[in-house]
Amino acid sequence: MKTAPFADPKAMAGILTELQNEAKTLDRRVTLMEVCGTHTHSVARAGLRRMMPEMVRLISGPGCPVCVTPVDYLDRALALAALPNITVCTFGDLMRVPSSTLSLEQARAEGATVEVVYSPLDALAMARDDSEKKVIFLAVGFETTVPTIAGALDEAEREAIPNFMLLPGNKTMPQVMRVLVDDPDLDVDGFLLPGHVSVITGWKLFEFLEAFKVAGVVAGFMPTDVAQGVLALVRLAKEGRTEIGNVYGRVVTADGNQHARDLVDRYFEPSDEIWRGFGMVPGSGLGLRSEWAHRDASKIEVEVPPPAEPVGCRCGDVLRGVIDPPECPLFDSGCDPDTPVGACMVSSEGTCSAWYRHERWASEAGS
Amino acid sequence: MCLAIPMKLIECSEFGGVAEIDGVRRQVSVIYTPEAEVGDWVLVHAGFAISQVDADEAAKTLELLREYSDAMVDL
Amino acid sequence: MQRLVPPRAVGVGGRIVKVPQRVLLAHGGGGRLTRRLVEELFVPALHNPHLATLTDAAVLPELPPGRPAMTTDAFVVDPPIFAGGDLGCLSICGTVNDVAMSGAKPLWLTWALILEEGAEGELIETCVKGAARAAEEAGISVVAGDTKVVPRGKGDGIFAVTAGLGVVPPGRDLGDAHIESGDAILVSGPIGDHGATILAHRHDLDAPGLKSDCAPLNHLTEAVLESGAAVRVMHDPTRGGVVTVCHEVAERGATQIVLDESAIPVRREVAGVCDLLGMDPLALACEGRVLIWVASADAERVLGVMHSHPRGENAAIIGHTQEAVPGTPPVVMKTQVGGVRPLDLLSGLDLPRIC
Repeated sequence: MKTAPFADPKAMAGILTELQNEAKTLDRRVTLMEVCGTHTHSVARAGLRRMMPEMVRLISGPGCPVCVTPVDYLDRALALAALPNITVCTFGDLMRVPSSTLSLEQARAEGATVEVVYSPLDALAMARDDSEKKVIFLAVGFETTVPTIAGALDEAEREAIPNFMLLPGNKTMPQVMRVLVDDPDLDVDGFLLPGHVSVITGWKLFEFLEAFKVAGVVAGFMPTDVAQGVLALVRLAKEGRTEIGNVYGRVVTADGNQHARDLVDRYFEPSDEIWRGFGMVPGSGLGLRSEWAHRDASKIEVEVPPPAEPVGCRCGDVLRGVIDPPECPLFDSGCDPDTPVGACMVSSEGTCSAWYRHERWASEAGS
Repeated sequence: MCLAIPMKLIECSEFGGVAEIDGVRRQVSVIYTPEAEVGDWVLVHAGFAISQVDADEAAKTLELLREYSDAMVDL
Repeated sequence: MQRLVPPRAVGVGGRIVKVPQRVLLAHGGGGRLTRRLVEELFVPALHNPHLATLTDAAVLPELPPGRPAMTTDAFVVDPPIFAGGDLGCLSICGTVNDVAMSGAKPLWLTWALILEEGAEGELIETCVKGAARAAEEAGISVVAGDTKVVPRGKGDGIFAVTAGLGVVPPGRDLGDAHIESGDAILVSGPIGDHGATILAHRHDLDAPGLKSDCAPLNHLTEAVLESGAAVRVMHDPTRGGVVTVCHEVAERGATQIVLDESAIPVRREVAGVCDLLGMDPLALACEGRVLIWVASADAERVLGVMHSHPRGENAAIIGHTQEAVPGTPPVVMKTQVGGVRPLDLLSGLDLPRIC
């Protein structure tokens, strides 16, 4: 299953030509929002935004789990990392996010034991290898990632490995999307729906959008996948249809992966969760069920400083799609990828970071 | 958090699987793809196979892409 | 604990050397053990008349005509032994290549090692063999060395610090300032092999076909320069990869660099590792590749020279320079799907991501 055909320039040109044709007969500009950091990344990597027709505007929403993780979560992770005999394990994405004080990367330089892992199973392996160390895995990510964390937890339970815990911080998409479509300041015609979240949840989960008169198309992440998704959305917008489409049929089905959802359900239950920029979004988080309290690192007593959002940072407004990054006073004037102030600038697919790297130039080339 | 790539399952047992892409192999958990067999393509995220790749659907998409590509050549 | 055994005899490049079973603090103490390590291992392995004098400084013959070029480097790779190379080979090649990039013919290197107490003899043996092989291929002499030993826990097995000296022949003058708009950019082979090899090791990825590209490039660069092509400047994309070099050149050469994604050679295993971990091959280190900026009229000629050299078989033209315009990114890439995007510099380490 070669991926090269999904990045074929001729196929891409063909889809974009179709898109240009469709866009010609649009009576107004269509605004499409993607809600997945990996889509932000794919769009930027292929240079797609500049290839979109004038009448099609592609914006980023709160799809970067790093960016929407509240400062308080990072503060707690840092406090735990400072405790003796604790190893904090994390996906690479979180390492450089600033907390109220340091980032995890900076904390490591100061002596905290922090390890970057590719898979939660690698963190479990560390716990298995050293029973003296308490391994705490930072559980962030959306529906795609939760099953991998549940899988590691399940293995820890079955093998009776006591020194493996989680700091719960996972979030789910539908609730925050409801907040978005309810927001009078935001005028979105359609969502490019997250392809890999949908692998787990199934695309039917997003049918609630129809009641809000917003279309949605599930798309994958190769350049042609994204372009096909945008094309399908533009067609729906033109016809005034607000159904859910799927152009990622090779891995996304209507009902998703029940095995994954069952195991997640065994360990996790919906919780109220704070999203940076949105405040509390009820039922949008996943906490550990009470019978797994022995795995819950949020139950460990630590002193956490009162959360301090950096002064002037407008990550929240950026995440809600209300402003573009340059409208934040700190953008490129104190806040940049080397010295990020807010989370939107740290992650390589955070909206501000993506904008800084790709959009702040007047044009790509002189000629 | 959606970085997942298609890999071919080259080993599969009740203890887990080994998947490969472009000559690179890694152990993967196959607890979420119980129907996958050696030779099948699976989508791998953070060390877990989270879905099988539907060969028919993939073929349909590839066919569609070929049509788009041919349309450009014909111009 | 087992009794330490005496050093064992090992062949290196046709000579017999003695490898201790394990590094002791005394090996760095300057006394008898140090002397034996130097005389029985390093000198025979790196054999040349200058090193054999074992005096405080190597007094060398007069330099050939031209301008001397010097470099220094430190090597701290983890793991010290990897597919396709080791710290020994890496430290010699890295230093030789730095000198060669300036258009100089590398002549003499120094090689200082900081060993950790308790390091296995096999580790030292592998690194010394690697260094000897690399020195032989490059045709240079390691004329001075030093050995220190730090207590257990204070080092990572083996560190190396080098200096390299070469001579730029008269009439040759390379530099970023010589770059003109419309110049071609060539690379001598597939990118990211070394970085991907280290990453694969770190993250338990098994890739039998993947190995470091660690190699001396001075013969290749000399052949290119001897061809008479109007070479502006050469750089080896080590730490930080191709993207870092391009940013540096764009800044120092006051030019914009345009790379063509579909022209950049990347091994499938390197692409696989990058796809799995969410990295970019352009950001990964190469230890045996050279980037060459040359007048566009001479691009094909340089390509031909490289293709007929064992270290340049898969060379390719990967981009060109153009006039830098204020407000446009210094480095851009024409993507394989027909788009254009700015190619950004890394901020800190590239970490495996899941998003």
